[in-house]
Amino acid sequence: MNSLILSTAARFLIPVILALSLFIFWRGHNEPGGGFIGGLLAATAFALLAKASGTAKARRTLYLRPRAIAAFGLGCALVGGIWGGLATGAFLKGMWPFLTIDAEGHKHGLPFGSIMLFDFGVYLVVLGTVTGILFALEDSLAEDAAGAEDVPLDKEDGRWR
Amino acid sequence: MLLFWPLVIPFLTMVATLFAWRSIRTQRALSLLGAAALLAVALVILTRVIADGPFAEQAGAWPAPFGITMVADGLSAAMITLTGLVALAAAVFGLQDVSDGEARSGHHPLANALLAGVCGAFLTGDLFNMYVWFEVMLISSFGLLVIGGRKAALDGATKYVGLNLIATVAFISGVGLLYGTTGALNMADLHGRLAGRGGEAGILMATGLIIFAFGAKAALFPLHFWLPASYHTPSFTTSALFAALLTKVGVYALIRYFTLILPIADTPAQPALLWIGGFTILAGALGALAQSGVRRVLNYSIMSSIGAMILGLALATPLALVGAVFYLAQDMIVKANLYLVAGSARRLAGSEDFAEAGGLWRAAPWLAALFLVPALSLAGVPPFSGFWAKLILTRASLEAGGYWCAALILGSGLMTLLAMARIFAEMFWKSHPEGDVAAGGRLPAAAWAPLVALSLLIAGAGIFAAPGVEASEAIARNLLAPDAYLAAVLGPGAEVRP
Repeated sequence: MNSLILSTAARFLIPVILALSLFIFWRGHNEPGGGFIGGLLAATAFALLAKASGTAKARRTLYLRPRAIAAFGLGCALVGGIWGGLATGAFLKGMWPFLTIDAEGHKHGLPFGSIMLFDFGVYLVVLGTVTGILFALEDSLAEDAAGAEDVPLDKEDGRWR
Repeated sequence: MLLFWPLVIPFLTMVATLFAWRSIRTQRALSLLGAAALLAVALVILTRVIADGPFAEQAGAWPAPFGITMVADGLSAAMITLTGLVALAAAVFGLQDVSDGEARSGHHPLANALLAGVCGAFLTGDLFNMYVWFEVMLISSFGLLVIGGRKAALDGATKYVGLNLIATVAFISGVGLLYGTTGALNMADLHGRLAGRGGEAGILMATGLIIFAFGAKAALFPLHFWLPASYHTPSFTTSALFAALLTKVGVYALIRYFTLILPIADTPAQPALLWIGGFTILAGALGALAQSGVRRVLNYSIMSSIGAMILGLALATPLALVGAVFYLAQDMIVKANLYLVAGSARRLAGSEDFAEAGGLWRAAPWLAALFLVPALSLAGVPPFSGFWAKLILTRASLEAGGYWCAALILGSGLMTLLAMARIFAEMFWKSHPEGDVAAGGRLPAAAWAPLVALSLLIAGAGIFAAPGVEASEAIARNLLAPDAYLAAVLGPGAEVRP
């Protein structure tokens, strides 16, 4: 799509959407939000870029392959679960390495641990999966638009090209 | 976190195979390693259940019924052990059966996601969590169906995903209704809250929706049409995984629902399930006779076995439940073995269609012997494990006065024998249409080793049937009187709250 308005607007909108997605992810720690919706928002930013400037540009901007992002995210989420499992025997138990509770019940330090890691994993899985699907769809749409031959099946072995 | 390893191992394998996307060889090795680790962990869980009885673990240490509970009782432990066994056999067979194209399209990550979904559904003690594992299974099996990329596969996959999506919507609606009427999702908690309330409209409605959902998963009549349309299109490894695991999860869920959550005798579901089971047996046995390819015949024979298990559940006597449990367990091995033999036969004969294959008897007589073991077991011929399953169910039907059930089980055995004899005649005995003998060639060890191992298990479980039957009796006893299960989940002194 070659729309000057869209590509100019996208340049301003994408950083805002990405920042918002990180904010929503961060906020989800204690309030509505979280990795899933944050990941979806981030994927929206790349979808906008793909619409405005093409999937090649969007893939370059994303830098890593969507599949690798999703795999890394799944790994993060698993580690977030196994961490508590190995330390306390209860899978997915929250672990807080930077947080101490003193005798009066006051918390000191950073509330940053396995739960954040799990949620970050979710964020990456959603980002990787949604961008992977979107880019594949955009690519096949672009092929159709470019006038690719309208023969979806290879006659010889009946496989999709 | 012992009970979470059967979920963590397939997911870790999935992550590892995703990172090894470019090297198919590494992916195969990782899949093999993952399946072996899954079997090992399942065996550890099984030993612990046999020694100490059912035990439960809570995710995040949130106590039941508030958190997500994983429970291993006899049935769950036996099911995940058999899942590990089937996964290992399929992974070995897949070394030579899964094409590079399929491996490059993600066969190994998807197969491991499927295993995680199956183990999760077998282990979970929470109805909503079971829905999540059903979704994991559905999405990964849909991926496995389409990666072959052939037109028939897409056609089958559309029917598969169409009906199964409707079924999962019915499942979640049923779970929602149950939650609305009882305020509980934990199965052990539901057991207490539903006691004596089996006749209420909301609960009947939920039960109906859940029968629809599980029935579609298990391919019960009249929701079976997706199965014969899709199971013969992917690789044989994938077919074997599907046939051995997916429909069995539906049966397992029905058994769990109608013993633990809502005992079947309290509900009008019992006559309904008797009819459904009977028609499923008939549709499967008759359909198998009308097909013209190995896997097409086997697809229908899945249905007649599933129907027999559901009859066992619906008869609702202790002996019938023993029969259903024993049938369910041994059928996982039989089905995996049959589809893997069919894969080897296809490799040697060049086709799985009766019109284009034949001559295997002279090309590979020992493969014929390996086919006969699961085929005769499926038909219920002694001394194989299927004989005892059919024997217990027949005896239970006669004792319960269900003479037509006994007639159906015996008659379907005869028709299955005919269908298997037809495969034997068309694939093995008949000469190959191009020349007398099948082109053949040597089978790699990965193609016959799993067949030999599974056949030995089937013969062993038939000749030394006592341990298997006694284990099934113990499992059925615990299903009918789930005190140990409830104590494991809710704690020893848990009161049943109104």
